[in-house]
Amino acid sequence: MAPSATRKGARVPALLELDPNAGDDPLGVAPGELRERTRDADRRAARTELRRQIARMECELGELFATTFPRLGIEWAIGAAGGPRVLGIAELESTRDALADRLAEARAEIARRADHEQANRELVERMIADPADYRWVRVRNEDVGEPGCKHWHSRPKWGIIGMFLGWWRVKLSSGCPLATGPRLRRRPPRDREDHDGLEGSAQAA
Amino acid sequence: MNDPEEFAVHGSVDRSLTDEFPGLYLRSTLVERGSGRSTRGMKERLRILSDRFAGPQAIAMRSRPIPWAYRVFFRHIGLDPDEQPTPIEALTLERMKKGGFVPNNLLDDALTVAIVESGVAVRAFDADRVQGALAIRPSVEGETLEGRPGELPAGTLVIGDELRPLALLFGATAAGRGVHPKSRRTLLVAIGVSGVPAIAVEEALWLAAECMEGTRA
Repeated sequence: MAPSATRKGARVPALLELDPNAGDDPLGVAPGELRERTRDADRRAARTELRRQIARMECELGELFATTFPRLGIEWAIGAAGGPRVLGIAELESTRDALADRLAEARAEIARRADHEQANRELVERMIADPADYRWVRVRNEDVGEPGCKHWHSRPKWGIIGMFLGWWRVKLSSGCPLATGPRLRRRPPRDREDHDGLEGSAQAA
Repeated sequence: MNDPEEFAVHGSVDRSLTDEFPGLYLRSTLVERGSGRSTRGMKERLRILSDRFAGPQAIAMRSRPIPWAYRVFFRHIGLDPDEQPTPIEALTLERMKKGGFVPNNLLDDALTVAIVESGVAVRAFDADRVQGALAIRPSVEGETLEGRPGELPAGTLVIGDELRPLALLFGATAAGRGVHPKSRRTLLVAIGVSGVPAIAVEEALWLAAECMEGTRA
């Protein structure tokens, strides 16, 4: 190959001819600047990757939040780095780690509660099978991880008579009370007093 | 360059931000009126919306694509969506607390309808107090947000016009730049992020504009 290859009239310098110590650069960029650009590109790629991980974890956290309902008392917040601004690698890493920790904690808590709820479901089955062995035991819907206000209550039939005679049964509550809001105060009707008052004032005039 | 046939005007995003957040974009549209009293039709629309949007929808919202995209973007820019909720989540919280979308004024109600229906973040400025084109950009040294003491930390993401920051991105509006009872023209602005399709953003703007000035041709 010739020292300088010519193609379609354009003159391209061969790489082997270039002397890096003399500052020759095929891209027309100083070596220091090239290193800086490469470093910037690497940093940006790292930030992009961290953002992708944050997005994935946020998705998992959202799904976990939806499936966890109506269980209460699980912490979901992770705190903020402070913004709005472009976060650096360290801050994105910190956010990602906090999300990962929160996900792990939430999963562990849900698993713990799932065991507890399963034990309560089994308890309800045993209560129904033999109410007298579980006198006055009450299991609520939230104890078995379900929404609503229903509860199972082992209690005697016919009150004190059933208690003495050992007639125990599991009573299922009828659910949540009906929704009631603040009652609208009814406006006093325009009654006769007002009318009379006007008449009175007219008469006085 | 905007296509004159397009409903929404494209705002610009600073080059440094497009490199970091390729999906970030801004659209705006002008409405030739300010706010005012909410109409009877709007109140009815909010009532129907309240009936359609109940607890189950609120719980599942985090896993819907558009609200999730905003949550993710909040994390990316250093905001915690559990402390500072995204626009759709803020409205959802209000809906749950008050038992319905409570009518307020025409603009707020129009924004509520647009945000809840589309999930997109929409906000409004007084169009007569905006100078030139809008842009999302980082603040520079010495810039302030009117009505807020002190300078903005350099690099704070703002929505600005050609002269000054008008609002923090997903945050406070500069004093006097928002719509007030005497405003005559309103600039509706929607912010799209990665994962939010442009058609949803345009729909959000269209909905808000339609609510404010009646059906558009």
